[in-house]
Amino acid sequence: MRRVYLDHSATTPVRAEALEAMLPYFSDEFGNASSVHGFGQRARHAVEEAREKIASLLGASPEEIVFTGGGTESDNLAIKGVIAGARDGGRHIITSSIEHHAVLNTCTMFEKQGFEVTYLPVDGYGLVDPEELRKALAAAGTDAVLVSIMMANNEVGTLEPIKELAAAAAEASVPFHTDAVQAVGKVPVDVEELGVDLLSLSAHKLYGPKGVGALYVRSGTRIQPLQHGGHHERGRRAGTEDVPGIVGMARAVEAACQEMDEESRRLHQLRDRLQGGLMERVEDNLLNGHPVRRRPHLLNMSFENVEGESILLSLDAIGVAASSGSACTSGTLEPSHVLTAMGIPPEIAHGSVRFSLGQATTAEDIEYVLEKLPPIIKRLRQMSPFAR
Amino acid sequence: MIEARARVVVAMSGGVDSSTAAALLKRDGYEVVGVALRLPFYGNGAAAGSPCCGVKGIEDARRVAGKLGIPFYALDFRDEFRRSVIADFCRAYGEGRTPNPCVRCNEWIKFGKLLDRARALGADCLATGHYVRKEPDKRTGRIGLRTGRGEDDQSYFLFCLSQQQLQHALFPVGGHTKEEVRRLAKQWALPVHDKPGSQDLCFLPDGRYRDFLRAECPEAFRPGPILHVSGEALGRHEGIADYTVGQRRGLGIAHGQALYVVGFRPDDDAVIVGEKEHLLRSEIVAGEVNWLVAPPQDAMSARVKIRYNHAGADAEVVPVGDGKVRIRFAEPQEAPCPGQAAVFYRGDAVLGGGTIQSTLND
Repeated sequence: MRRVYLDHSATTPVRAEALEAMLPYFSDEFGNASSVHGFGQRARHAVEEAREKIASLLGASPEEIVFTGGGTESDNLAIKGVIAGARDGGRHIITSSIEHHAVLNTCTMFEKQGFEVTYLPVDGYGLVDPEELRKALAAAGTDAVLVSIMMANNEVGTLEPIKELAAAAAEASVPFHTDAVQAVGKVPVDVEELGVDLLSLSAHKLYGPKGVGALYVRSGTRIQPLQHGGHHERGRRAGTEDVPGIVGMARAVEAACQEMDEESRRLHQLRDRLQGGLMERVEDNLLNGHPVRRRPHLLNMSFENVEGESILLSLDAIGVAASSGSACTSGTLEPSHVLTAMGIPPEIAHGSVRFSLGQATTAEDIEYVLEKLPPIIKRLRQMSPFAR
Repeated sequence: MIEARARVVVAMSGGVDSSTAAALLKRDGYEVVGVALRLPFYGNGAAAGSPCCGVKGIEDARRVAGKLGIPFYALDFRDEFRRSVIADFCRAYGEGRTPNPCVRCNEWIKFGKLLDRARALGADCLATGHYVRKEPDKRTGRIGLRTGRGEDDQSYFLFCLSQQQLQHALFPVGGHTKEEVRRLAKQWALPVHDKPGSQDLCFLPDGRYRDFLRAECPEAFRPGPILHVSGEALGRHEGIADYTVGQRRGLGIAHGQALYVVGFRPDDDAVIVGEKEHLLRSEIVAGEVNWLVAPPQDAMSARVKIRYNHAGADAEVVPVGDGKVRIRFAEPQEAPCPGQAAVFYRGDAVLGGGTIQSTLND
């Protein structure tokens, strides 16, 4: 059976050069980066080289990069760490209604503890309006402790106007965090250009290993660690560094940034072919997300009168991997919080499918889906109780 | 029999029966797809590890599917289950009936919504781990049901299936005893081979359904009088949903002899109590009858089960039109409950069944 992986927003394979870079640090160079001897020094060197590499690719300084156990930990460290480190103890968080659950559920945890959380609305494309943020900041006043708004949405791919949003936060002197897990390696990310104070990234979304990520923390941003122990990561993240993971991530980020222009163009074309083909061949479809301000490799479409879950299972049966919403929430029938926030009615949100293309995706893969999916939807619609 | 490599969806609860059902189908060459139903779960924390349907059940089913190398999906039926099975459960208790949610789940969810989903996925059949045997009658062209072997028979929960539903149903463990199934599961090293079975309702693993009713459907609780069959007023109650026919304990009444709930009077929400002999019924009416044999025109003799663990009683089943039958027992039966199923058997053949509507001579 043909295997077509169109779920690169869930995870990606480790690319060959990253794997190759990692291998020595599992065996020959297994040292603890905190040890004084040569073994430790070589491991330390690898970690610091990786830090420099990632910092320079993001326009940051090396000491501003904290390695973590992944995107979720980076988001948690940013939010909990800034709140714990806030000198005057503000108790009002401002975020958006379409964040990843790593941010959303961290905020609701604070809400339960008595914090105030403002969930900024989005428009029909999933865009946050910087004017709304200004209003929310004005309303929160000196109680505002942090703004956290994602750079690229994981479900629909919409790219938020981070520069404008971060500027609004800066005007109010409130730290600004962005979850850029789905943006780094897909679109240019420069922390100076964006003006953000904290930025999360994850390795396995860009052909690096799972279980490793990083948080950019602008110099001068007050932050407390989540876990205590040794003085690793300048006291911001205790625990022996995952040397191979960190090396693999750096290599993966580097490669992704190098090939970004070319690969984006290629995937953009394939994505548009898929989008155009489905719009032409399947009736009653709807594009979710912004038509232009969107990650180039992602397509989220709703098909009326059919459940996204049934489409996914039928695709799985012919070897095509896609998803509905984010992998963390699929398996539940609650319509996606992202689509709901965008004002998409539940019956249409239920029929949504996300295709995320990547390195391995070929034109033949897209043609295969274009050939197989329309009859699947037709069959499902014939059996659907919602069908007209 | 269906040609090999036909695709079959198996409803997997994580228990030994449905796990072995999946393994048997796989052995027989079917293309097996495992599906677990996510259903609402009202257990407390401790019960969350209960043997069935909860998250633990789904994880067990996933492990078995992994072991068998079959695709597995957990499908969310919480909304549909709430809207149909639980709504019916609450309505019944509020009206003084004792519902049978497993029958309804089989009819509406498993062989209803899930079968639709399975067919949409290109499967011909939905298989479950029930102990019941499907048997086509070549003469009439109908699909009949026979009981499972021995004590593990579960036909009582499946009498309601239509011919169309049965056409797409498979019961791979139906011809086996539970002991055999456990042995097979052990032989194939299925991780659930020694998992205990469950008698509780899957959505109420701790069996505290009155707390559940109070929380989920407070409208089912309307206070009313407690009356003796003689007409004497004995007290008040907080809602008939607290009582079922045959109940002895928890009446809160001091009286000369042991008292039992013998019925309800919906007009004024009265609970009627009486002595043990008042529980006896020689005749009941069942409605919404589903026939697995050709629907009879005349009275027929049968063995009738009025609850799952009832041994069955000889009776005459008389069609009275409008999907109803009158059931005359040879010997009066104790405490038939409106809302429970009455299922008719001859030998190991399931003739049909219905829902007990009224119990006469009261």
